Amino acid sequence: MQTILRTPKSAAISLGNSMTTELFFVQLINGIQYGLLLFLIASGLTLVFGVMGILNLAHGSMYMVGAYLVWYFFGVTGSFTVSAVLSALIALALGILIERVLIQRLYNRNHLDQVLLTIGMIFVFNSLQSILFGNDPYGVAVPDALSGSIPFTDNSSYPIYRIFAALICVAIAGLLYYVVSHTRLGMLIRAGESNREMVEALGVNIKVLYTTVFALGVMLAAGSGIIASPMSSIVPGMGESVLITCFVVVVIGGLGSIKGAFVGALLVGLVSTFSAVLLPSISNMIIYISMILVLLVKPQGLCAK
Amino acid sequence: MNKLKIYFVTIVLGFFMSMASNAALASSEIKIGVMQPLSGLYAGPGRSGLDGFLLALKGYANNSHQNSIDVITLDTEAKPARAPELATSLLIQHNADFIFGPAHSGVAMGMIKVLRGKDTVMVIPNAGAAAATGSLCAPNIFRTSFSSWQPSYPMGKVALDKGYKDVYLISWNYGMGRESLEAFEESFEAGGGNVVKKVLIPFPSTNFQPYISDIAAQDPDAVFVFFAGGGATKFVKDYDAMGLRGKIPLLGSGFLTEGTLEAQGEAAEGVLTTLHYAEQLDVPKNLEFRETFHAEYGHYPDIYAVQGYDAGQAIINTINLLNGDVSDKQAVIDTMEKLTINSPRGDFTFSRAHNPIQNIYLREVKDGVNVVKSLAAEALEDPARGCQL
Repeated sequence: MQTILRTPKSAAISLGNSMTTELFFVQLINGIQYGLLLFLIASGLTLVFGVMGILNLAHGSMYMVGAYLVWYFFGVTGSFTVSAVLSALIALALGILIERVLIQRLYNRNHLDQVLLTIGMIFVFNSLQSILFGNDPYGVAVPDALSGSIPFTDNSSYPIYRIFAALICVAIAGLLYYVVSHTRLGMLIRAGESNREMVEALGVNIKVLYTTVFALGVMLAAGSGIIASPMSSIVPGMGESVLITCFVVVVIGGLGSIKGAFVGALLVGLVSTFSAVLLPSISNMIIYISMILVLLVKPQGLCAK
Repeated sequence: MNKLKIYFVTIVLGFFMSMASNAALASSEIKIGVMQPLSGLYAGPGRSGLDGFLLALKGYANNSHQNSIDVITLDTEAKPARAPELATSLLIQHNADFIFGPAHSGVAMGMIKVLRGKDTVMVIPNAGAAAATGSLCAPNIFRTSFSSWQPSYPMGKVALDKGYKDVYLISWNYGMGRESLEAFEESFEAGGGNVVKKVLIPFPSTNFQPYISDIAAQDPDAVFVFFAGGGATKFVKDYDAMGLRGKIPLLGSGFLTEGTLEAQGEAAEGVLTTLHYAEQLDVPKNLEFRETFHAEYGHYPDIYAVQGYDAGQAIINTINLLNGDVSDKQAVIDTMEKLTINSPRGDFTFSRAHNPIQNIYLREVKDGVNVVKSLAAEALEDPARGCQL
């Protein structure tokens, strides 16, 4: 007969599902960091919808574009910073191009046409990715300066890069807040979100505004792809999985509201992280259940205007 | 007038189409339907398997008999929901003599439900779901890859030999993931091991961060996982980023480090895996195959290419032995069953459930390569639980 002894090596207080205080704290950081990244992506989507009334389903593809571009340039230049800047600039150009050539035609069309065009864009980008970069999973190495970890317990340490990514997201969120509340562009954005026709009627050059906003949205998506690239695997279909979560965030927060995207993103990040450990088998469902609950209680979203 | 024009065009088109299909019937072509993921998350393994398969076909094209081979390629996108519709079209519409595919186990299940017992022979070049050569086995279903049980079962013994008593298990909640963890559990617990926690996360989520933090908190002796492709890349990188590499040994079913080593970089160093193949396997056919593949495609083959190549070999050898006459499906099955496949992984034969009986190797990642450390299991035959053959 065999007796199997299990000696717990870490002496810590257990709460319920053996969630120690250390684990709780780490998961809290994980959830916030994930939420902040989600906010970065979702803010682009909600901004474009709020100001332009266009639901850009190809938003996830922009995230993918950022990631693939940074991987490609990293292979060429060997520098993460240079690759990041190059990729951001190309994303900006791409955003302007798409808006001028394609999105402009959607302004006076109905929602179905928007959906058709942007879904078509998803297919095009996916094929381009397959042709240009191939279908194997890729990775981007964490830049050397940020590759350390902060020791946490005797076993684990928290990667510095994740903390850095979270801080960048906060910085960009702050920048976005500043632009929207304290600049003329921000004023136009807020005005456009409230009443698009009136903005046009007041003689504002709506075309330039829309191009700017769309390009900004694309850069936010591609930027999050760039920031997330050392932490994720760069694979076909990465845009779609991000897009779905993005929708959940935006619906919970309220379509068109950037503050809503922030609240929604943090909520989804924390719920998703904690449910992952406490209820692994249904953790995927929990996010959608939360979305359904919000839709039932407050259909316009938590922070809707 | 317009309606008349439409009718006229339709009739003309219909005429030409029936001419075309008649032309197809006229030459006694052998039709091989391909169902592989050529887009989406599984596109890498899908393309790889197809490349290996086509290489085998090329080697034997224009052989002694006159029959040409017509390959019909369908993209499954690794979506199980599409499987029945695509399989039916290959079976009924195209009258495929052989069906090559799929990569994804969920798709395989969908295909098998349509194809088992039907007038075609299905050869699976990857999907490892146990049921394919288990409870849903059929005379016309063959597999040249592995069953989910095969790569993972020997790792249980490896873990015990290394003195690991408490192991944390994690994988995706789908056929291959669940079955891999169960196979490990079977041999590990039989030898007195203790599974600390078994986590099945929704497929294909790659949000591993919370779980890796949990692993650090649980502090087991080792971790055993099944992940493949993009998920495998991310898991290994996240594991390393959290500082667990080297502190808590990471064990995996071989797919954790197949086709992913370049993307994983240094994070994969020291990871132990068990698989029926390794790129540096010292088997003459392996060296020859790798060079031929590289000459054809410009890069070296991975396990998916090997398996696809072997499926191709199985089909081509059968066609040759029957002198090109594959109309009698029972003869096809009888012939294929008796084959010995001269594979880059070493020679193998089919079990009664039509799954390869093969060696399983223990590999360790060293300097970006899976180095074979030892033979984890010799001529391992999947128990084919529930198979009536």
